[in-house]
Amino acid sequence: MTITGTYIKYYKVCFRKLWLFHHKIEMEHNSELVAEGSFIGEKSYPQRAERYREMLIDGSKIDFYDPYNKVVHEIKKSDKLEHSHVAQVQFYLYLLWKNGVKGATGLIEYPKLRQTQTVTLAEEDISQVENWVSEIERIVESEQCPGRIAKSRCRSCSYFEFCYAEEE
Amino acid sequence: MKQTKYLMNPGRLSRQDHTLKFTPVDEAGNEGQPRFLPVEQVSDLYVFGSLDANSALYNFLGKEGIAVHFFDYYEHYTGSFMPREYLLAGKMQVEQTKHYTFPKKRIVLARAFVEGAATNILRVLKYYDNRKTGSLADAIATIEQLMASIPLVPDVPTLMGIEGNIRQIYYRCFDAILGETFCLDGRSKRPPQNELNAMISLGNMLCYSACLGMIYHTQLNPTISYLHEPGARRYSLALDMAEIFKPILIDRLIFRMVNKRQLQPSDFRMEVEGCLMKESARKRFVQEFDASLKETIKHRSLGRSVSYKHLIKLECYKLQRHLLGIDAYKPFKAWW
Repeated sequence: MTITGTYIKYYKVCFRKLWLFHHKIEMEHNSELVAEGSFIGEKSYPQRAERYREMLIDGSKIDFYDPYNKVVHEIKKSDKLEHSHVAQVQFYLYLLWKNGVKGATGLIEYPKLRQTQTVTLAEEDISQVENWVSEIERIVESEQCPGRIAKSRCRSCSYFEFCYAEEE
Repeated sequence: MKQTKYLMNPGRLSRQDHTLKFTPVDEAGNEGQPRFLPVEQVSDLYVFGSLDANSALYNFLGKEGIAVHFFDYYEHYTGSFMPREYLLAGKMQVEQTKHYTFPKKRIVLARAFVEGAATNILRVLKYYDNRKTGSLADAIATIEQLMASIPLVPDVPTLMGIEGNIRQIYYRCFDAILGETFCLDGRSKRPPQNELNAMISLGNMLCYSACLGMIYHTQLNPTISYLHEPGARRYSLALDMAEIFKPILIDRLIFRMVNKRQLQPSDFRMEVEGCLMKESARKRFVQEFDASLKETIKHRSLGRSVSYKHLIKLECYKLQRHLLGIDAYKPFKAWW
């Protein structure tokens, strides 16, 4: 099984989202929020494409990697789920480390907020990332779909209607 | 916001650059002023008039994920052009099939569809019973009795029998609701023998296509169904879902249009093959149907406004949750 950055991100947000995503139960991508996010990702740094590389590593795609300074760049729309973004970048750093690239760092960029966030992978983080990976495997291989989380956190999720459409 | 477009007039639909061009063509073959349909605003197309189109157009529609539903001269649904499936999930397909092949799992869903349909039928009848001072009380009581036996039916054919009985009683109420202008005189299809049957046939086809259109935007396979037998030629899951929505979307529309005299006997034409709705009336009917799909209600568990069309999609989600073993499917029941 290939675990990608998206798995890590969803694992940090909602186990059910992770499970559904793994089973390809994805929602239609016609939401304006999704469109806005990918627009920001694609258009924020037009000059970057020349110097930085898109990289495929162990099945995960890093959108912008700067091989000279060994920096993983990840562009996000908002810092609302920052902990999951950090985990995602730490996972990329872990993949790089496993493939012999030592001492890489990460930079999460929020062009709309004009903010950045530095991410590092310390020695003790490595075993933590490995824990996440085995937890993810356990969750997605389970026959049973995990439960919902608190509704207040679900409102802007693309699965909101999938999870909460009910009859009384 | 993507919308359903209805092509009522004959003409040619073609691709021009990155958009759609409709050129009306009259009976003498003269081309009229072309009309442009911005492709990003179209969710699907319903074709009633005779349409010329080439494969370049269908390639384009396929790429844009736009389905085309065709209706013949007699307003019967004849088929669809469905773009390549774009949301596929092996897990979903396997679970959907399992729930069909295991009779114990299948009957649970089949019962839910009939229960939903009957509840919505009762909702319609009770509304008109109130207005017609109790004239439908007997029918309501009989349907309620029949409904009580739904949880006990052992198999799908018996269930279909109950469903048929409920519908028969229901259709008998149509005359009481509608007064004297039209009378149903028993349900007849293919072709419908009178005006009311023609309205019901057209309406049911519209409802069926709307359900099919929504199923397409999920991972559900439209050919694997539970109440109706999965058919090779028909998207029978859309038939299952349409049962639930027909009373609310179609029958109420018919009652409203007839009682407001938006449809008159002069809107129909008797032919040897059966009764036909004239083109102008058909246009009005489809317009009204489309308007009611866009109407919104406040959804109780979501706390947001959703359109009737979107309710059909939510129904798909609930079905998916059932199939994945997340929670038991409860059919949509109108509460107003």
